[in-house]
Amino acid sequence: MRGLYAIYRKEMTHYFVSPIAYIIACVFLVLSGVFFNSYLVEVIKYADEMMMQGMQMGQMTNFDVPSVMLRVFLGTIGIVILFLTPMLTMGVYSEERKRGTMELLMTSPISDAGIVLGKFLASFTLLVIMLIPTVFYVIYIFAHSTPAAPWRLIAGGYLGVLLLGAMLLALGSFLSSLTENQIISAVLIFGVSLLLWLLDIFAQSGSGSLAQSLQYAAVLQHYGPFTQGIIDTTGLVFFGTWIFFGIFLTMRSVESMRWRRA
Amino acid sequence: MIEVQDLSKSYGEKTAVDRISFSVNKGEILGFLGPNGAGKTTTMRVLTGYLPATGGTAKIAGFDVFDDSMEVRRRIGYLPENPPLYFDMTVTEYLDFVARIKNVPVEKRAQRIEAAMGMTKIAEQRDHLIKRLSRGFKQRVGLAQAIVHDPDVIILDEPTVGLDPKQIIEVRHLIKSLAGNHTIILSTHILPEVSMTCDRVIIINNGKIVAVDTPENLTLQLKGGERIRVEAQAPEQGLRDALQKIPGAQRVSVDSMGSGGRMIAIVEARQGQDLRSQIAAKVVGQGWPLYELRGENLSLEEIFLQLTTEDPAHKKSEESK
Ligand SMILES: Nc1ncnc2c1ncn2[C@@H]1O[C@H](COP(=O)(O)OP(=O)(O)OP(=O)(O)O)[C@@H](O)[C@H]1O
Ligand SMILES: [Mg+2]
Repeated sequence: MRGLYAIYRKEMTHYFVSPIAYIIACVFLVLSGVFFNSYLVEVIKYADEMMMQGMQMGQMTNFDVPSVMLRVFLGTIGIVILFLTPMLTMGVYSEERKRGTMELLMTSPISDAGIVLGKFLASFTLLVIMLIPTVFYVIYIFAHSTPAAPWRLIAGGYLGVLLLGAMLLALGSFLSSLTENQIISAVLIFGVSLLLWLLDIFAQSGSGSLAQSLQYAAVLQHYGPFTQGIIDTTGLVFFGTWIFFGIFLTMRSVESMRWRRA
Repeated sequence: MIEVQDLSKSYGEKTAVDRISFSVNKGEILGFLGPNGAGKTTTMRVLTGYLPATGGTAKIAGFDVFDDSMEVRRRIGYLPENPPLYFDMTVTEYLDFVARIKNVPVEKRAQRIEAAMGMTKIAEQRDHLIKRLSRGFKQRVGLAQAIVHDPDVIILDEPTVGLDPKQIIEVRHLIKSLAGNHTIILSTHILPEVSMTCDRVIIINNGKIVAVDTPENLTLQLKGGERIRVEAQAPEQGLRDALQKIPGAQRVSVDSMGSGGRMIAIVEARQGQDLRSQIAAKVVGQGWPLYELRGENLSLEEIFLQLTTEDPAHKKSEESK
């Protein structure tokens, strides 16, 4: 992993001196804030109605606002991430190849794994930084609910977000390493994101064996259980495999640059 | 220090470098000279491990550039054809990053960065963003990057491109001062550059080495014959006839290119034969005013052109063999 830290550091400075990181983070925070707010209003209204109904029928209904909020909110965050991570990864390799700086990296005594992991960890760190404020939204509701909602729901939910994000970043980096044209790489990555999203919609709406197999492939289907605070082993394996696979492919792709440029 | 044996590199059908062999001794400066598309950049990319060769071997400090790429990369500084700069970093940030990936130990980093900035005269620009630097300064940052880790072998692809004349001279001095402790390969199309900086020159054309020697020897060896330039006030035909009659004159060409309608004649003679006094006697004897008479050396430029321009007649005779 020689060079990992140097690359990581360089990538982080790159994110933070360029406006990209700020713009993406702002868009993300505004979107998630707006969604969070409107969901909260909706969910509370719904909960009130339920309670009213319950009282009319003479029974106490308990409506679990925190976990419903967690589920719908993280569900949306998942889709937002699906379309924001491509912006983080589209230039990771394309830009280096275009600018000729890949020639510097490839002729320096650092390993391909150092380059790939350094870049991956940097984009992942940025994702985590973006997500931190949203955790506070969620913590806020959890803290104000009676009876107190179990914290591990948050942990499970956010584990899901991180896994989903890591997977998208790993695949995005791989696609970026395939071309020196940033536009092409952006189109490829958005295309894949869109496909993953549509898969989810088909899997939800369809029925029969096709829908079932789609369900297995649909990323968001594996993400679902996490948003309910369930740490699902199939999901862990699913995401783990894809993250590993994405990083592995990127390494092969970087390695093959020595061969391919023919 | 550098040993290249039958090195070839093809891009698909096209052979960019065709079985070249050469070696560079420790502390030597080797110039790579050739027209556009000759294969200079390609050779350097193979040497630095950026591109795989399609044939032959190259070794730096005894390590194969492909099999022991990491060991080779540890020992080289490389300025690619386009300086590999990160535009949104400042000069210091950039050199710090390069020093890190080149394994410069922490305690030496600051000092090495200062040294590199000093040698390339960019210390004043240290806090400037690279994207705001002018072309020449970008090139200098590229150079600083190649020497920041004090590598044993320095490979420079057209190091003086984009620099102003004063800087070109300074960079040449810098390169010369680095030799001795460092082994240097540089490429260029500028001939005075190799004659001024390099210990040895390789002239490469169409992927093949056409000449290897010291700049002085190349000039000597390829000079072929003596050339004398005569400027006189004389009738064109008369001058030609008179000069042709001089024993030893092999080829005479006369042109009315001099100022004030003077004639300029070039007389070629066999090597070692100095016809100047005969020519002077002849011209003056005819009563023609003589304005200039001097021996011309074939310049490196002409040698370069001779070597790299294909003579169609020569080519034909080779083909028929
Ligand atoms: N990536 C590539 N794919 C295909 N052909 C290439 C590639 N890079 C270089 N070539 C070809 O290889 C030959 C040698 O190119 P190279 O860049 O080594 O020349 P050079 O001597 O550095 O020229 P210049 O003085 O213009 O920099 C050229 O004919 C060029 O077209
Ligand atoms: Mg070149």
